[in-house]
Amino acid sequence: MFNIPSTEVLIQGIMSGFLMGCLYALIAAGLSLIFGLMEIVNFAHGEFLMLGMYTAFWMYTLFAIDPLFSVPICGAVLFLLGWLVHKGIIRRILGAPMLAQIFATFGLGIFLRAAAQFLWTPDFRQVAHPLVQGPIKIFGISVGLPQLVASGASLAAFAFLYWFITKTETGMALEATAQDRQAASLMGINTERMFTLGWGISSACVGVAGAFLASFFYVFPYVGSLFGLIAYVTVALGGFGSIPGSLVAGIIIGLIEVLGGLLIAPAFKYVAVFLVYLIVVLIRPQGLFGKF
Amino acid sequence: MATTGSAEEMKRERERSSRRTIGFVLMGLLIVGVLLFPVFFRLPYHRDIGIKILLYGLLAQAWNILAGYCGQISLGHAVFFGAGAYTSSVLQTAFGVNPWLGLLGGVVVAMVLSLLIGYPCFRLRGHYFAIATIAIGEIINTLAINWEFIGGARGLTLPIHKDSLLAFQFHGSKYAYYYIILGLMALCFYATWRIERSRLGYYLRAIREDSDAAQSVGIPIAKYKLIAMAISAGFVAAGGTFYAQYLLYMDPDSVFPLSLSILICCLAVVGGVGTLWGPLVGAAIMIPLSEFTRIQFGGTGSAVDLLIYGALLTIVAVFQPTGLVGLFRRWGGR
Amino acid sequence: MALLSLEGVTKRFGGLVANNNVSFAVQEGEILGLIGPNGAGKSTLFEQITGFYPPTEGRIVFRGRDLVGLRPDQVNRLGIGRTFQKVRPFLGMTVIENVMVAALQHTHDPAKARREAVGYLEIVELAEKQDAGARNLSIGERKRLEMARAMATKPSLLLLDEVTGGVDQRTIPTLLQLIARLRSQQGLTLVVIEHNMRVIMSVSDRIVALNLGEIIADGPPSEVVKERRVIEAYLGDAFVVPTVGDGTGFAGGTGR
Repeated sequence: MFNIPSTEVLIQGIMSGFLMGCLYALIAAGLSLIFGLMEIVNFAHGEFLMLGMYTAFWMYTLFAIDPLFSVPICGAVLFLLGWLVHKGIIRRILGAPMLAQIFATFGLGIFLRAAAQFLWTPDFRQVAHPLVQGPIKIFGISVGLPQLVASGASLAAFAFLYWFITKTETGMALEATAQDRQAASLMGINTERMFTLGWGISSACVGVAGAFLASFFYVFPYVGSLFGLIAYVTVALGGFGSIPGSLVAGIIIGLIEVLGGLLIAPAFKYVAVFLVYLIVVLIRPQGLFGKF
Repeated sequence: MATTGSAEEMKRERERSSRRTIGFVLMGLLIVGVLLFPVFFRLPYHRDIGIKILLYGLLAQAWNILAGYCGQISLGHAVFFGAGAYTSSVLQTAFGVNPWLGLLGGVVVAMVLSLLIGYPCFRLRGHYFAIATIAIGEIINTLAINWEFIGGARGLTLPIHKDSLLAFQFHGSKYAYYYIILGLMALCFYATWRIERSRLGYYLRAIREDSDAAQSVGIPIAKYKLIAMAISAGFVAAGGTFYAQYLLYMDPDSVFPLSLSILICCLAVVGGVGTLWGPLVGAAIMIPLSEFTRIQFGGTGSAVDLLIYGALLTIVAVFQPTGLVGLFRRWGGR
Repeated sequence: MALLSLEGVTKRFGGLVANNNVSFAVQEGEILGLIGPNGAGKSTLFEQITGFYPPTEGRIVFRGRDLVGLRPDQVNRLGIGRTFQKVRPFLGMTVIENVMVAALQHTHDPAKARREAVGYLEIVELAEKQDAGARNLSIGERKRLEMARAMATKPSLLLLDEVTGGVDQRTIPTLLQLIARLRSQQGLTLVVIEHNMRVIMSVSDRIVALNLGEIIADGPPSEVVKERRVIEAYLGDAFVVPTVGDGTGFAGGTGR
């Protein structure tokens, strides 16, 4: 049942797991942010990522803009989407029962997946000649250059997000709203605007991650489902509401995915990831660093 | 009803009772229509749609008991469908057990599975629980694909017997299947109706409304959540066995997928979650609708009906949580 | 033997000490008032008594039985009912259904439970609104509904958490009479958390005062209100006027 891979394969796996983990961290950060703000899980988060990927793909196909350069475009487009979703949907379900909160975004996710399939067919798309491609050797380990760039950029984006939350006035207002909504509004912080901003930032993160992913991953309507699920696991492990937690958790999940695939069987790599979710959530509900 | 004797009051009372009469007549017509459906619709294709409506209506109604009445949102309910289908089928192919006994076996297996899932997971808060059910669903799906004993990804084919009720197989026409699923659906409907009026129903709703307050009036919430879960899982499993006997073939992709779990939720939510008629109404409207889009749009048909499902789900969740049933009630002026 | 006694109850949330070595007893048939400024730890005591979370240290004994470690539903079935500070009726149900849920604990038949529920609603004077949706009630009505719901579980001890909070001033005398009736007609023992000093003074047999998680006074209302530490806690030490002799006394009217 368990295979022991060679050391080289193992190290390679750990490396690639780490790199993917950075990307998972960025994807999860947005989800965590929203939950910390308003205790809502965005069940369409994976589909936002998918739309970010498609945006990068179409920028490349129609305007020959490499995914790396369409990062700001993807970020902006998704920011707008998040803003619209908050204004149109989320605002109305803030006090609503659990069922309404879950299915509002769940339905949105289904809708977006189906819309992508309808508009762009279920075909797998690919950015044929990305600027960064091919493998690169670091200390003798072969690593995909796009993955390396993507993870490095994700870490940078993550650092920027963290700086924003902790050092800028707006960011601190956002954090204050997350900690105690009532106190924040008593201090003059416009919570409605904070919520909208939170959704915008969260979606922008995922849009940026989508642009990076598009350099080396197939783009198709259902690609969001899997990443979405991984994002939930990552946020649960890191702790809902904790941005640094997402980073640690993302890397752990990336490693577990690879190691699960190597040690057990490729078919089971996600089983390992889901098992981690169940174990974490049952034993330590607030995750590693979470508040709830 | 107040009886002040004023003319206004009497007029309103007359209106109400005439609406009630219309309601009863419509209900009677509906029941006759449902009972005589195979008589009027003789084409296999139409009967298949009728069977689908009843089957998915059954699954949605069962889910409704746990999610609608008790407020526990499971997004992985397909595991019980697959558990029922595979239990009865494996019992049949490996041990020659009669499918009706297999159906009971499937119900038992599903109930046990539901308790194993519920016991640890009901401690989780709403969103965490929902995600946990997705995770469990995916784990079991993957395990099933890789389990050779039950056929793995290739699936399981059931041995062919001559048409008979005992063997739970019919090859000529579908009308027997129709009445069997009608019976199962009616049983689930009746169970829901009884629960609604009973102490169990009040307790489940209290848990849904506010589980802390429910505890403060003496309700052991874990116990009652598990009861709702087991009843729900049992009915879904019965549907699974029916499906296995209807198609005489199954594979993990047809009985365990996330898309089936999602479909079950959609039908119940759009129809009216937490109501008696909601799931059936949802099935009666959405299933023919998706057949229609499949015909109209061909290849992209499956995307179109998901577009509609997704949009309706969001719209219902945000604007009309009591679903179509709630909408009809408002029009009916009740 | 006291009906309920707290012995050395201490509750810590990480570094925060919500209750520190709280001990007092409630005698059968008395109305005990629990007072203290915001954050004094009053509601935290209720949460521990009713089993929503356990004390870090100490015992809570009800009719000779230690309650620590029991679930909230078990505590209720032993005979303790409660209302919540932020009122929580079952909003999706009607008024009478709210009370029926509680009545079903002892009366398994819904039809009989409904009849019983009407009786409880009559005590709190909500019977005419029995078929109204709970969400359509005013705050004061919701608080009365919660009281009826708690009573329907047939407790011997009832914990009321700020029943006058947010309620129209004019209805307070009615609430006071209701609380008194609960003891005289229903035979309940009551512990009442209150901010409104007028209410608590007129209705309690005894008052326990908390500040910063500790007990600062325990006795009949007339004495507690003169207690120096109580005055300090509520009004600040500017109001404490040292007098010749025993050192207690104050300037100004009777509390808030």
